[in-house]
Amino acid sequence: MTELLRHRITAVWSLLIAATLLSWWLGTDHGLGSNTAATLAVIAVAFFKVRCIGLYFMELRHAPIALRLVFEGYVVVVCGVVIGLYLSGQ
Amino acid sequence: MSELVLETPVERAETPARRVRHVPGEEGLWVLLFGDMLVFALLFGVFLRYRAQDPALFRASQGALNTTFGAVNTLLLLSSSLCVVTGVRALRHGVSRVAPAAFAVAFACGAGFVFNKYLEYSDKLSHGIKPATNDFWMYFYVLTGLHLFHLLLGMAVLVFCFVSARKPALSERRFAFVEGGACFWHMVDLLWVVIFPLLYLVS
Repeated sequence: MTELLRHRITAVWSLLIAATLLSWWLGTDHGLGSNTAATLAVIAVAFFKVRCIGLYFMELRHAPIALRLVFEGYVVVVCGVVIGLYLSGQ
Repeated sequence: MSELVLETPVERAETPARRVRHVPGEEGLWVLLFGDMLVFALLFGVFLRYRAQDPALFRASQGALNTTFGAVNTLLLLSSSLCVVTGVRALRHGVSRVAPAAFAVAFACGAGFVFNKYLEYSDKLSHGIKPATNDFWMYFYVLTGLHLFHLLLGMAVLVFCFVSARKPALSERRFAFVEGGACFWHMVDLLWVVIFPLLYLVS
């Protein structure tokens, strides 16, 4: 049991929790002083988390390259589109 | 397919020297998962397009949201995902007592999410905030409602994983279903990780 929890996955989970708390702080207190900068940071953190979930929780880092590339492509494209559309409304 | 206790195939997958590239779950499942993820990506795009047309309205409406609900739900889903990963790994390593408990805790986190959503929806509805109120609220209800539907499906999948984990031995095929179910649950988590900042934090 302890062996199961003392694994890289637990470290990834801790990182994801920390990233969530960081986004929460950035999104509510605007820790960066500017709404746009804070929002861009929040979006970047969100897609970093998405990638961690895919690679570590879904185990795509051990998947065939094609499947992993489709996922990596999804993360990059959707993150880019979200940032582009957000900036177009500023 | 012959019955086997799942230690051999999986131990191998986690030993770097003998690591074999492996599709989690069934291949067809990934068509479904990426299809779902694309539909949500389109909705994110549509939401941001509408937001760009009237940022002031979207900002004002967003002000009525309580970010605590969104953040706590993120923490619940991330923790449930850790439990699901632990459950799958326990099955692989043949630690059969841990797996059902891990899936049960993941289910409980999912139930916590649903309860939070119930509180949030009732609060909004009691203040007269409905999908028809404005574009922001329409997309709020569409995105969170569609996500909630996936989460409820995911909870049914977790019940399947729990029942499977209680069996003394799993066929390779059934284990692949459990693995696929786990990936579906992680997708529910992954989508929320984007929905939360998009609806609650983008300013």
